[in-house]
Amino acid sequence: MSSTTVPHGDPYHLGLFAGDHSPTAEHGVHDLLSKRIVTGYGFWIFLLSDIVMFSAFFASFAVLRDATAGGPSGDQIFDITDTALETALLLLSSFTCGVAFIGAQLKRDTWYFGAMALTFLLGVGFLLLESREFAGLVSQGYGPTRSAFLSSFFTLVGCHGIHVTLGLLWLLTMMAQVWAKGYRPDIMRRLLCFSLFWHTLDIIWVALFTVVYLIGVAT
Amino acid sequence: MIEPQTIPDTDTAPGDPHADSINPAAGLISYGVGLGFAVLLTVVAFILATTTHLVWQPSIPVALCVLAVGQMAIHLIFFLHITSGPDNFNNVMALAFGVIIVFLLIVGSLYIMSNMNQNMMPMAGMLQSQQ
Repeated sequence: MSSTTVPHGDPYHLGLFAGDHSPTAEHGVHDLLSKRIVTGYGFWIFLLSDIVMFSAFFASFAVLRDATAGGPSGDQIFDITDTALETALLLLSSFTCGVAFIGAQLKRDTWYFGAMALTFLLGVGFLLLESREFAGLVSQGYGPTRSAFLSSFFTLVGCHGIHVTLGLLWLLTMMAQVWAKGYRPDIMRRLLCFSLFWHTLDIIWVALFTVVYLIGVAT
Repeated sequence: MIEPQTIPDTDTAPGDPHADSINPAAGLISYGVGLGFAVLLTVVAFILATTTHLVWQPSIPVALCVLAVGQMAIHLIFFLHITSGPDNFNNVMALAFGVIIVFLLIVGSLYIMSNMNQNMMPMAGMLQSQQ
């Protein structure tokens, strides 16, 4: 064959047209590698757009922080001990999620499922603390309808809580998929996306506990 | 016959430190170091916010924001494995664009709203002008 007759189907190494080439072992590895990179990059862009969405909620909270309309301000309703506990739970769950990903790369079942179960329990603990805080505020009459400050507070923190809930559902799905299908390359790509998602939730929580809780208590 | 095209490994997926070789010890150490730094920054931030007499009061929000940005960088480097290496160029460029948008949104909103607050007629003046 001459070089002009061979179609060069994949100039950007996207892993497309893999079937057009003669399958060599080396080529197969590289196709999988580049597909994983493209998947991770695409999901990274989704996460950045999610962060941009959160920044709009952060901006509205920062603007409405003092619009308490005669209701309570942050330092009157925030329990900083609960916030510290939630922070510890979410930070540890981010760590165990990374540990679970290494376990999946090594294809060790006990390592992977143990760390994922631990991540799930830590995430559930975080959600329980947060819903207890929300329920306490609403029962005191400080629900989202009380003032603009509380509206923006419930929107921002609640949006993060919804993300954590969806992340926990995704976590269970990933455990079931690995259990049913094994550590296949496509499952590993989904796992990479999940771990990115979970770590990003922790980054958003860092901004959240600083801007909402710590600055709210300190001023 | 064309040789199978060899693709240079010039890209890394975000969140994945080891493209070719899996080294569990190095990965665990990376996550452990990240956890250590994150715990340190978190504890400092909580102490700073709850102990009022430690530093000059008006500087506390600024200090808290600096600590938060530092901790977010720690998370990006050690948990999401976004580094400044050439294999991470695309991920860093996407991140830079995201940071610009977030900065414009938050700083722009705060600046515009505080400016409007300053220029708005006080409530008493509005009531008088209606009469």
